[in-house]
Amino acid sequence: MTFLFYMLSAIMIISALLVVFSTNPINSVIYLIICFIAMAGHYILLNAQFLAVVHIIVYTGAIMVLFLFVIMLLNLNKAIIPQKSQLTRISAVVTGGLFFLVVLAATRQTFEIHPRYPFTGDIGLVKEVGKALFHEFLLPFEMSSVLFISAMVGAVMFGKKDN
Amino acid sequence: MKEISSAIQIIPLDSYIMLSVALFSIGLMGVLFRRNIIAVLMCLELMFNSANLLLTAFSSYHSDPAGQVFVFFIMIVAAAEVAVGLSIVVMMKRNVESVDINLLNRLKW
Repeated sequence: MTFLFYMLSAIMIISALLVVFSTNPINSVIYLIICFIAMAGHYILLNAQFLAVVHIIVYTGAIMVLFLFVIMLLNLNKAIIPQKSQLTRISAVVTGGLFFLVVLAATRQTFEIHPRYPFTGDIGLVKEVGKALFHEFLLPFEMSSVLFISAMVGAVMFGKKDN
Repeated sequence: MKEISSAIQIIPLDSYIMLSVALFSIGLMGVLFRRNIIAVLMCLELMFNSANLLLTAFSSYHSDPAGQVFVFFIMIVAAAEVAVGLSIVVMMKRNVESVDINLLNRLKW
């Protein structure tokens, strides 16, 4: 199991780095899909089976296809955009590395887990998540439909040609 | 199946914290690194997902499904955000004929 964890983590980190450093946007999307599939594996390792399936459907099935669709619609794979200046790129890498070190140093061995409930392997199944979703979080769940409506109206308004 | 469901009893929580901090900083680096607005949006997705992974890890280690419901809501918000963001990209391509974020710098002054 530890081997599986390190394997999935290595795939995730390497493909995330390739998302940043590959110049063609189509390649970036493909690497991001690989990263998300490895993340679904992590969800299964964490006993979040429902989230793993939803993650595959929503992210790799809908969001990434939307990205690919927009890239191909706008014909962006041929649009060569000059990269940022050398100084900006180096400082971006330094900023990312320093952020990693600082947050890692701040969170190292600070969390002691005292579980409220005894360990079970089935908290991520549809039954348990659905109970939590429709008892405690029913109002936010209904409000998210309002969010979707407003997002849809906004997207249509942005996409319309202004006269 | 039994082995997988007890995997979190072997792997320490610190590993998951380290992994999601690494993913978040890669996403941050990408936002500062790229000029293509679609690549910047993809790096934002990476940062979203590192937060999701950490929430799921804490939820599983606490044996409390409420954290996984939060991740579900974050996924909903991410889907709405991507729809609006990509329509902004389409509008930008139509108006300035480019997807270079350095062209959208009027808010700096």
